[in-house]
Amino acid sequence: MIFEYAPAPESRSVVGLRQTYDLFIDGEFVPAQGGEYVTSLNPADEEELAQVAVAGAADVDRAVAAARRAQETVWGRMSGAERGKYLFRIARIIQERSRELAVLETLDNGKPIKETRDVDVPLVAAHFFYYAGWADKLAHAGFGPNPRPLGVAAQVIPWNFPLLMLAWKIAPALATGNTVVLKPAETTPLTALVFAQICQEAELPPGVVNILTGAGETGRALVEHPGTDKVAFTGSTEVGRQIARSVAGTDKRLTLELGGKGANIVYDDAAIDQAVEGVVTGIFFNQGHVCCAGSRLLIQESIAEEFLPRLKARVAKLRLGDPLDKNTDIGAINSAAQLERIRELTDTADEEGVERWSPARDLPESGYWFAPTVLTGVSQAHRVAREEIFGPVLSVLTFRTPEEAVTKANNTPYGLSAGVWTEKGSRMLWTAERLRAGVIWSNTFNKFDPTSPFGGYKESGYGREGGRHGLEAYLG
Amino acid sequence: MAERRENKKKDKGEAKAPTKDGAKAPTQVDAEVPARLAVKKTYKLYLGGAFPRSESGRSYPVTSADGTHLANASLASRKDARDSVATARKAFGGWSGRTAYNRGQILYRIAEVMEGRHAQFAEQLVAAQGITRAKADRYVRAAVDRWVYYAGWTDKFAQVIGGANPVAGPYYNHSAPEPTGVVVVFAPQGAPLLGLTSVLAPVIATGNTAVVVSSQTAPLPAIELAEVLATSDVPGGVVNVLTGNVGELGPHLTAHADVDALDLAGTGDRAVEFERAAATTLTRVLRPGPEADGGEQAWLDTDPGTSRLTPFLETKTVWHPVGV
Repeated sequence: MIFEYAPAPESRSVVGLRQTYDLFIDGEFVPAQGGEYVTSLNPADEEELAQVAVAGAADVDRAVAAARRAQETVWGRMSGAERGKYLFRIARIIQERSRELAVLETLDNGKPIKETRDVDVPLVAAHFFYYAGWADKLAHAGFGPNPRPLGVAAQVIPWNFPLLMLAWKIAPALATGNTVVLKPAETTPLTALVFAQICQEAELPPGVVNILTGAGETGRALVEHPGTDKVAFTGSTEVGRQIARSVAGTDKRLTLELGGKGANIVYDDAAIDQAVEGVVTGIFFNQGHVCCAGSRLLIQESIAEEFLPRLKARVAKLRLGDPLDKNTDIGAINSAAQLERIRELTDTADEEGVERWSPARDLPESGYWFAPTVLTGVSQAHRVAREEIFGPVLSVLTFRTPEEAVTKANNTPYGLSAGVWTEKGSRMLWTAERLRAGVIWSNTFNKFDPTSPFGGYKESGYGREGGRHGLEAYLG
Repeated sequence: MAERRENKKKDKGEAKAPTKDGAKAPTQVDAEVPARLAVKKTYKLYLGGAFPRSESGRSYPVTSADGTHLANASLASRKDARDSVATARKAFGGWSGRTAYNRGQILYRIAEVMEGRHAQFAEQLVAAQGITRAKADRYVRAAVDRWVYYAGWTDKFAQVIGGANPVAGPYYNHSAPEPTGVVVVFAPQGAPLLGLTSVLAPVIATGNTAVVVSSQTAPLPAIELAEVLATSDVPGGVVNVLTGNVGELGPHLTAHADVDALDLAGTGDRAVEFERAAATTLTRVLRPGPEADGGEQAWLDTDPGTSRLTPFLETKTVWHPVGV
């Protein structure tokens, strides 16, 4: 049965875009000293959204100095209870302005409105609300009787969950008495700048949060700035290595949340319909721009023939198109550069003799789009089984025994996430115990919560974000 | 550091060295024909539960604090370092899979066996460090107690560090610590027994396996400790001990892709270079702390808590839906 859907776009009117956005330093929006701006596009139609300032070394100096002053004179001295109240206030304003933030995030990022509205923004508010409550309870967190803030945190975040990654970075840092200089991604800076307005609205003391926009050079200047005490980075493993190298020999603390090549193991006794849903969510949520995506399906050989047609039938029903449409499942790829990377890596599948399938459909003419893709006949040696594609591309491998499933799942330098689908509890726990990954979703996938620690093993980085564990990165 | 190739029989040289307990040959007997020649130990590496020489055949002289020759230690090579990582990796599954209770009993057993060899360890510390016997006794006692301390941690850290997460939805969700994997431990240079114990015990208590690079100038207590480990039901490969040159072994071990974490306590001014090398495969790094260069007395804190446990642990979070 085919349902026809009438367009149901969310209104853009809730967002009041400015033509240009400046840097947020010491509580004020100020132009970058270099006077340079970059354009932030809507990846769904390549329309210009706004001009955003590019911070240079002098701006980084100013922001770090402001953060230091705020940490030493105000934020570090304030009682935890008062710090917490600022964070509660921020959480409330985010809830109040949630639709505006969701629409803006969808415009700037290209992800479907149903995700920004129902996942990203509610989790952002929840994250601030959760860490707000920690601010006056740090002595009970298990890090000693009198845990101290580190000082100034340099934070660099990616474009896949712009505002959510900001919340993961800023909420625990502020709750523990640190101040921050945060750089959002070059292609998705806008919600971070609205967050800066929210800080003003919450009357957060100037300098506690500083937002510097720009590209890789700005990020490098920030993480290498000698005036900070802590570096927190979410992004590619390659940049993570560079940062780890640059932090060596300093007293800075470092946490890294990097790439992944998550395995989703489906055993022969799994509830098939649920597993199909979970596998689809695991890879096609957020266009596969998810470091913990279940990008490798490991299906037990005995049910592969039954499972794959049902998987493809489900994928064929995914609705790709206008991210602002409330019925859209798959939005736009975030940038031309990312689209190119996805194409390049997926094309290696053709060269290596992998079978490639996508549902027959036309992609929108403007904007950056990539059809959901299922690759079958993939072996562990294929590039699409080893390298992170960071797009809506699922590689399917098979296994015969649980031992083989675990071995194949762990056969990667990454270790961020994994999934297990089985109706047998003991088998689930046996498998979860052996998977070398920081987050195991069993009979579910891609679930997040502020109370739940998140982070990787091996080359997926170190440190945890979320929960009590997430405080450790910001306490000395 | 002088290096020598092991290409001649060693017993000649050893016969001339003074015996460990300082006993002199009886005077009424011709000095060339002792009544009984002391049997001296050949100090080798500890690898996979066995005591092989370095594959390179090299050794280096170890002297006491006043310069007296004590013994020859094996001068481990790059190949020995690689072999030890492979051995530690092989042992990881079994050791991390042991129950916490079982690991606790084995660590306690180490303390028991070590206590029985107290005098030997103390004499060795006196010789290596030039310290008084009373001080040496204190350090040995503290080292034994350190094993008891971490024996008790094996089945407690998971509850202290992990826990249930009250997520906003119908999910069972919990986080538990797991061992990081293969840890290379650069033992403190000036603290060959208590310092070594203090950095090694927490690594294996949680289920990691270890490659130890012993104190370069005072490696003998490390091999002595390896003999204790070998007779304490510690499975072969869980601890591997290399003696030799930190500058030679370090670059290979710190850049090794199958090493998961480093304790840089004994690396001195090479710590930054090694941390940089570790970045290539995002190997976890514990930087040298203030106690690293402080000698044995810097390691007397009887309650280091989880400070040396958590750097070599990963947190795993497991979700499962709740429903009927």
